[in-house]
Amino acid sequence: MTKAGSRIVDLVLLIAVIVAVWQGIYLLAGDAALSAPLETVRHAIELLARPRFWLDIGESAHAFAYALVIAWLGGVGIGVWLGGHRLSGDVAEPILVALYSLPKVTLYPLILLLFGLGISAKIAFGAIHGIIPVAIFTMNAIRNIKPVYVKTAWTMGLSPLATVRTVLIPACLPEIVSGLRVGFSLTLLGVLIGEMFASKRGLGFVIMNAIGLNDVRTMLAVTLLLFVFAALANSALLALDRHLHKRV
Amino acid sequence: MTPLTWIRIILVAAFFGVLEILCRTRVIKPVTMIPPSEMVRELGALLASGSIYDDIRQTLAAVAIALVLAVVSGFPIGVVLHAVPRLRRAVDPLLATYYAVPFFVFYPVLVAIFGLSQWPVIVIAFMFAVVAMVISTLNGLDRIPRVLDKVARIHNMGAVETALRLKLPAAAPHLFTGLKLAVAYSFIGVIACEFIMAASGLGYAIAYAYNNFDNRTMYALMLFVLALVTTINMALHVWERRLLRRRVR
Repeated sequence: MTKAGSRIVDLVLLIAVIVAVWQGIYLLAGDAALSAPLETVRHAIELLARPRFWLDIGESAHAFAYALVIAWLGGVGIGVWLGGHRLSGDVAEPILVALYSLPKVTLYPLILLLFGLGISAKIAFGAIHGIIPVAIFTMNAIRNIKPVYVKTAWTMGLSPLATVRTVLIPACLPEIVSGLRVGFSLTLLGVLIGEMFASKRGLGFVIMNAIGLNDVRTMLAVTLLLFVFAALANSALLALDRHLHKRV
Repeated sequence: MTPLTWIRIILVAAFFGVLEILCRTRVIKPVTMIPPSEMVRELGALLASGSIYDDIRQTLAAVAIALVLAVVSGFPIGVVLHAVPRLRRAVDPLLATYYAVPFFVFYPVLVAIFGLSQWPVIVIAFMFAVVAMVISTLNGLDRIPRVLDKVARIHNMGAVETALRLKLPAAAPHLFTGLKLAVAYSFIGVIACEFIMAASGLGYAIAYAYNNFDNRTMYALMLFVLALVTTINMALHVWERRLLRRRVR
């Protein structure tokens, strides 16, 4: 069998196992706790046909897109600065790691008070989840760059900005993409958590509402859709990641 | 202490100093944030009154159980996946997308299964932490130098002895990273779960104070959680440094 072929077989098997486990738990726990896989898929398709549901998707997508742009650009910017400037990096690294491992949900009330209820609070909350891992990955990538590249740039008399643009970022691209991938997942999680608390719109709210109404089908259907979206986006970034790592 | 540590302390102190001034001069209004010094005083009063000890105990117990479960099961899962490459390749996409799933969604499902107890919170925190441990274990095992296999053969070591005396120490730094991540994720899982859904614990107390516009209690609790987690993480960091230094010698 070809390599790609065996990978597809693996994937199908993995999905089959997940569905089997899901069905098993459903049979064990019953209707009150879980809906069956097939029924959930059917309900998800039904939800996708409702215009009202697309408003919530739109709200979440909007918040997520802004948060992601802020997290990616901000994270790479901070990472380049901290990786390029030795002292700043040494001082900031433990602080960044400490911030990364904080339960950021504790800060959510503060963000709500600063930004008010609404989309800007969600964006801010999503962005603070994603920005730190992107910064950490980028910083480490730039620090581990071969010194000869930097020396070459210096010899050629490149300005700092040109050095970053033409030497540092291309050389670190694979690691930066790994960071962007982690940042993607965490930003999505942040936006959703933001919507689950003190929000009236978006997919997180739909889930919370379904939880409140004990509407298990909707809850699982939305989770399934989110998972499929995250999985597809993640595999695309992962493929890019592997491609870039291979190229170097 | 190194000069770097000093710079770091001065930076953090300056940050809180500026915050204090901004709050005192009402640039940041008291309805948004109370001055850090007030937070400390409020926290002191809260601790003296003893009203939050139950929440603290509950949260810490949940974190501890989730952490132990995550480490105890994450490590063997990592070892098995490493030993069976085929299986590992199959679950690889799952590991890569795992952290994009909002696990808190499963809280009601877990309540239906476990009843209204601490277990739903613990299970969610465990689900959050265990994969970090699995991934770190895999990373550690991947980076064991090949030469150690030869060393083991030269010394006629059995499988168990090789694992204990060569492989485990070689993978140790990554395992420690896994432990640190598991600690952080257990805290994040427990507190976020309490914050959004549960009806007790520190996370719940913060959300409750927020919903009642009780800013003083809310900031005191936030300070407590952030200080507690930072202290634990820094202690682990120092411990890790010490272990690594011993290895180099």
